[in-house]
Parts: sequence; structure tokens; C-alpha cells
Amino acid sequence: MLPEQLTADSFAGYPPKARDLAVKNLALLRQLPLGFAPLLLRETQGYDWRFPAEQRLVDDQFVYLQALSSDDRDRLFRGFPAVSLPKSLEAIDWVSDPQDFLDTLTAQLWASHQIGAFRAAANDYVAKWRAVMPEPPPALPRLSVVVLGADVKLDNYPLFRKLRPYGVFFPRVDSDNAWPAIVAALTKRAAAHPVPYGHLYVDGAVSDPAAAASLNAISYGGLHAVRDALFARMQQVIRSGHGGPEELRTKMAQITPKELGLRSAPGDETMSRFAVSILTEGSGTQIFSTTFVQWSAREALRRAQPCTLLLRYAPRQRQLPMNEMLSAKDPGTVSDPGGSMMDADMGAFYTWINQQRLTGHEQSAFLAWSQEHAQAVAIGPGLPLKTVSAGAVTMPQLLSQVM
Amino acid sequence: MSSSDAQAFARAAASIAWNRREFIRSSVGLSSTAAMLGFAPLRAAAFSAKQKVVVVTFGGGARDEETFAPDGQENIPNLLQTLLPQSTFYAQVVNRGILGHYVATASLATGVYETFDNFAVVPPHDPTIFEYYRKELHRPATDAWVVAPSNGFNRIGESDHRSYGEGLGAGVILPKHLLQAAMPTSSGMNLAHLLRDNYEDPYYTPALAGNEVQLRQLDEILKLSVTDFTRHALTLSSPDELSVYVVRQLMRQLAPSLLWVTLHDMDIAHSGAYSLYVEGIRRSDRLCAELWSSIQADPEYSGRTTMFILPDFGRDSDSDSGGNGFQHHRTGDALSRTTWMMVLGPGVRQGAMIDKPVDSLDLVPTLGSLLRFSTPLAQGKRLEEVL
Repeated sequence: MLPEQLTADSFAGYPPKARDLAVKNLALLRQLPLGFAPLLLRETQGYDWRFPAEQRLVDDQFVYLQALSSDDRDRLFRGFPAVSLPKSLEAIDWVSDPQDFLDTLTAQLWASHQIGAFRAAANDYVAKWRAVMPEPPPALPRLSVVVLGADVKLDNYPLFRKLRPYGVFFPRVDSDNAWPAIVAALTKRAAAHPVPYGHLYVDGAVSDPAAAASLNAISYGGLHAVRDALFARMQQVIRSGHGGPEELRTKMAQITPKELGLRSAPGDETMSRFAVSILTEGSGTQIFSTTFVQWSAREALRRAQPCTLLLRYAPRQRQLPMNEMLSAKDPGTVSDPGGSMMDADMGAFYTWINQQRLTGHEQSAFLAWSQEHAQAVAIGPGLPLKTVSAGAVTMPQLLSQVM
Repeated sequence: MSSSDAQAFARAAASIAWNRREFIRSSVGLSSTAAMLGFAPLRAAAFSAKQKVVVVTFGGGARDEETFAPDGQENIPNLLQTLLPQSTFYAQVVNRGILGHYVATASLATGVYETFDNFAVVPPHDPTIFEYYRKELHRPATDAWVVAPSNGFNRIGESDHRSYGEGLGAGVILPKHLLQAAMPTSSGMNLAHLLRDNYEDPYYTPALAGNEVQLRQLDEILKLSVTDFTRHALTLSSPDELSVYVVRQLMRQLAPSLLWVTLHDMDIAHSGAYSLYVEGIRRSDRLCAELWSSIQADPEYSGRTTMFILPDFGRDSDSDSGGNGFQHHRTGDALSRTTWMMVLGPGVRQGAMIDKPVDSLDLVPTLGSLLRFSTPLAQGKRLEEVL
């Protein structure tokens, strides 16, 4: 099928808001090149349960593209048709399953050495669109707080080594009541600025109810039953003995929260869909809690663009060495405090990088704190770079520097 | 890639290489290309009729941040302090192919960018270095071997090219598959986790038939009893250690002249656990040094063996928003495509650094020149600095 063959009936299987949006923009969709239309439809198809920031992204693109003349649109998409696509791609039902189309397209682009050209075309498109319709600033300056929680520890490790050049390092943090102080400050902030999905919380163990009451929360521990159900699904596909990794990926992408036993608030599947996407699309998120937290943070910042992000790392399970695996003695679930520390330290760095990719990054602030080592680093406007503040400091004092 | 994109990529790749060179120079002090240019090659004087080659590839790659950059040097003490001073180091090796481990390793072995599905158990379409070697020099099957980590590499030994192919390739040993065959199914051990095929798609392991073939490899080739093999496996901490154990056994029993091993432990990076990725790098660093020591200690290899160490490609940079830093190699950015190569052995200039960009495909013609056979369908160029 080619884009010019689209009709309103093509979107009959879409959820209500997505269908309305697609039908409203049908004339435009018909004029898009095959190398681009499925990309836009992938975002459109999930519109009903996307975060507000993602919905705005889709809306903006339709508005921008509608406003262009036919010639301008042709010029804009010059790079996309220039990528040569095989006829077999037209046979894929890219309206119902745009992800399947994109997976096949990606493999084709790699095999034909066109991935670079495609990426360049995509980047060019985004740059031109964003030059006309820039991302709006956040409702309030963004703040991420990363906590390396209880039992995440490794002695003689240069903690926050990658973050220190960008802010102030505090080697003596009074950890008494530090976590409650963080929760209190962030819940107060969320209450003062009620932005839908603007205040998110990810926990590597089980969510603190006090924080989850005010912030949109997901946790590794809270998704235990969902992870088990997902593993069972995976094993089922693998045991079927055909299809390989592509089929497995496709099947995983089609899973809904309900199928995994995850309840959604009435009329609001956004957070449950987000949680399932972390487990089905992330690599390692099902196995290691540290990966779950890092990837969730990355996806939260990219997709929801929150004003506030609270992360708490917990010890992940230990990766058994080969000889222990072979020994046939089941050691049970053993945690790896040191490895978790290294994972979380890198995860904190990546969270800061990802926050800096968003609008308003000049005003954004960041705090990472190790509960076990009583060390922290704070980054934000007005805070000096590459500085060590050797004196003792409490969490409220630290928070006052980034809020 | 447009001409401006190509120029931008070249600039980025050169910058990566420059940084790598500066990192290394600051730590161990190597000579530069310029210093090398005035010298005649030493190879002619050093060449032995019994020349042997060992190729070690890292499937997964390790970034400079975790290796040659100042903060990463603590992870590679053996490469940096022991092997690098003995080697000629290529600081800018660019891989322009598909960044999947099987297809990329196959490309390294054929000298042509292969384009098949990375997760399909298919042979390369172009002749491998092993086929060129055996066909032209009339070498027996016992003289070329590949030791690889996963079932997906089962077909890497020989291509389906009609002028080469069946019966001309290398023997392939998959140590984990060997282990699976050797371990009694009644032992109650859950090998599924250990035997997972790769870290890019950790839930997928292509099924291979023929445990009896594996057990025959143990008995007839490696001269190991099932009991000895499993007992030794129980002392090892990772699949890469098992691979190096098998390599040493091959060296002892058959002394092949062309031996290729791929190390994959570091590719656990795909799980997102940074600490495990770093642990994999440290283990690979140690295993490379141990392998070089084994070569020096073995009269069949000592003084006549050239070893090539190279990642098949890199990993994504922290700065590319399309990726997730160290975890994957999906962006195709300069860092994921630009890697390095270390060459050491008799006649190879020690402590030299080559700044100019070279291509991953250059390995095959270089190996051909070194062992004195032609590689007519390979697309790379000979690396004269080590010939």
C-alpha cells in the first residue's frame, strides 16, 4: 500500500482520538512519502495513551506540515524519497502495524548502507520543523533528583566522577531524614504546580507511598507480577520454535497492560502503558532493577518531559559467574551492592545528560545523592562548576540550592 | 551518505582517533606515524616459513571512555602497559557495515561488508580468509579454526561462495555448545541463562543439532574427556574464559596456523548494567595478555606468530540522543563505527601508532599478505605498516 491509497477506513482499528486525528489529516497523509508516513502514524496510533508532551509533538507536526505548500513539503522530504526502498515494504500493513514496517525498514537501511542518509534526512526534517515551531519551555524549571538508596554501596569508588565537573560535590551529607526531606520537598512542588504527568517518580525497589501519592510513579518491585507474566509470554513465543527475535519483538510490542494483569485508572492508560513499554522495549529492564530505573528515566525525560523527576536506585540481583551457574547450587536471589553502585552512578550521569537535552536546560537543576556514602553532587544555574564544598550539609540545605 | 555527511563523519572519526592517540601517548608514549615513515618494513627479514596468525576480536566493542581515555585506563592495564608497547597500534579503524556482531565479524573475515540478517544462522556470501588460505596454500582442515561464543556463529567458518565454500573453510568450535553437549541433562543445572546466544537479543538462541558432533570435537580434536572438560569449566567464571581455554587446547593439540577467537563477555552491556560491561572489558584485557603469554610460551608459536586484536566495532556515544550511551551500538554514529587495532609479533614495529584512517575490511588482505596467499574478492587494502 502507498500513502496515496489511504482512506478514512484505513484507520478503523485505531483508538478514538488517534482515528479522529488521522482522518482529520487524511489529505495530508496521502501526500507523504512512504519512507516517512509510517513514522508519523506510529506516533499517531498510540495518541490516546501518550503523555501530553508526546501528543503535542504529534499535533505540532500535523499543524506544521499542513501549513506548508505542496512544493515546500516536497523540498522538506527530499531526503526521504531519495532513500531507495524495496517494493516488499509496500506489502507490509504499515497503517495497522507501523512498528513492523519501521523494523523492516531499519534492517533494510542498514543492509543497503542507507542508514546514515536516512538519519540525516530525519534530523534535517526535525531541525526545519523545530525552527518554525520550537518546543515550549517547561511550566517550571526542571529538576531531577537521583537517589542511590540503601545498600547501594562500593567503598573506594570515585562516586559522581562524571558529574562533578558540572557542579558542586558535597562529600559530607547528613543522611538523617534525607529521603523524607526529598519526598516532602517534591510533593510540595508537585502540589504547587499541578502539571499532568509533570512530576514522575521511578523506584528500583518498591515505591514509597508518600511519594507515590503525589507523583506519577512506577517501580521495579511493584511490577513483579507483570515481569513474571511477561517472562511467561516470552517463553511461550520462544517455545513455539519459529519466528526468531523479530517475531518475539513484534509480539512483545503488541502486549497491553491488561494482558499482563496491570490495572489502569479508568480512562487513563498512560502510566500503565508507559510501564509496559519499559519492560517490553527496554533491554535488561526485566532483569536488572538498575537498568529499569535508568531506562525509565531516559524514556520519561524523552517522552513525558517532566518538570520533576525523582529516581531511587536499589541493589540489583547479582550476575552469577559461570562456575556458580554450573555448580547446580541455587544461591537464591543475591544482590550486588557494588555493581549496583557503578550502574547507578552511570545512570545518574545519563539522567543529567538526558535532562539537558530538553528545553529550558539553562535553568534546569540536578541533584544526585548517595545514602550509604553520604555524598552528593548538585548542578544548576548559579552553582559553580568543578567545586567541592567540604563542609557538612543537610538535605534541606542541598535542596534549597537546586529548587 | 551525502558528501557533506561523509565529511562530517570523517571529521568525527579523525577526532576520535586523535583523542585515542593523545590518551595513549600521554600514558605510555608511543611514536607517531611520521616517525615510522622513514623505516623500511622489517617483515622480509623476519618472515618465517611457519608463520602463524592469531586474530582476537571483541564482539561488542569497548568505548574509549572505558578503555583508552584517562578514566578508562584502569580497566585495561594489560593492553596498555604490556601489549601496546610491543605493538603497532591503528588508532582509527572504521567499520562502515552493519553493526551486528555476527554479520560484522563475518565482514571482518571476508573483507567484504556482508549484508545478511545478523540473527540468521547463514554462512557469509563471500569467501572467508580461511577459504583463501586453505585453497591457495593447500592447507588441511586442521590448520584453520574459529572459536566463537554463540550458536549464531556456527556458519562463520566458510562461505556459500560457489568457487570456495564447502570443505575449504575453518573448523568452528562453539565452547558453550560444547559445554551443553558435555553436561549431563540429568544434572539439574539450569544452563539456559549461560547458554543464551547473545546479549543483543538475549532470549533468542538458534537451535543447533548434533551434540554428538560436539562430543566428537572434544574427544578427537581437543583430546579432552567429557569429565576433564566439565571439571575445568567449573573453575571458570565466564564464557570468554572457556573460549580461551579451548583456544589453548587447540594450540597444544593441532597448532593451527590461522586461529580466530571472538570474545563477547563485554557485550553484556546490552543489559544496561554498566558495572558488568566494565567487568567484561577487564576480563578481555586479562585474557588477551594471557593468550599472548601462551603464544610466547609455546614453541610452535613463539617467535613466528602475529596477533591482531580489534573490536568488531564500537558502541554509541553518550552524546547521541538516538542511543543510550554504552548500552547499544544502534545509532551508527562515529563512535560506534570507529575503533582500533593492535598488531604484535615478530617484525612488527613496537610502540608505533598509525593515525591515518583504515577500514575494517583491510584485515583480510593484510592477513593474506602476511601468510602469502591472495584474497581476490576482498575489498580492503593491505596495511603496509605491519607487512
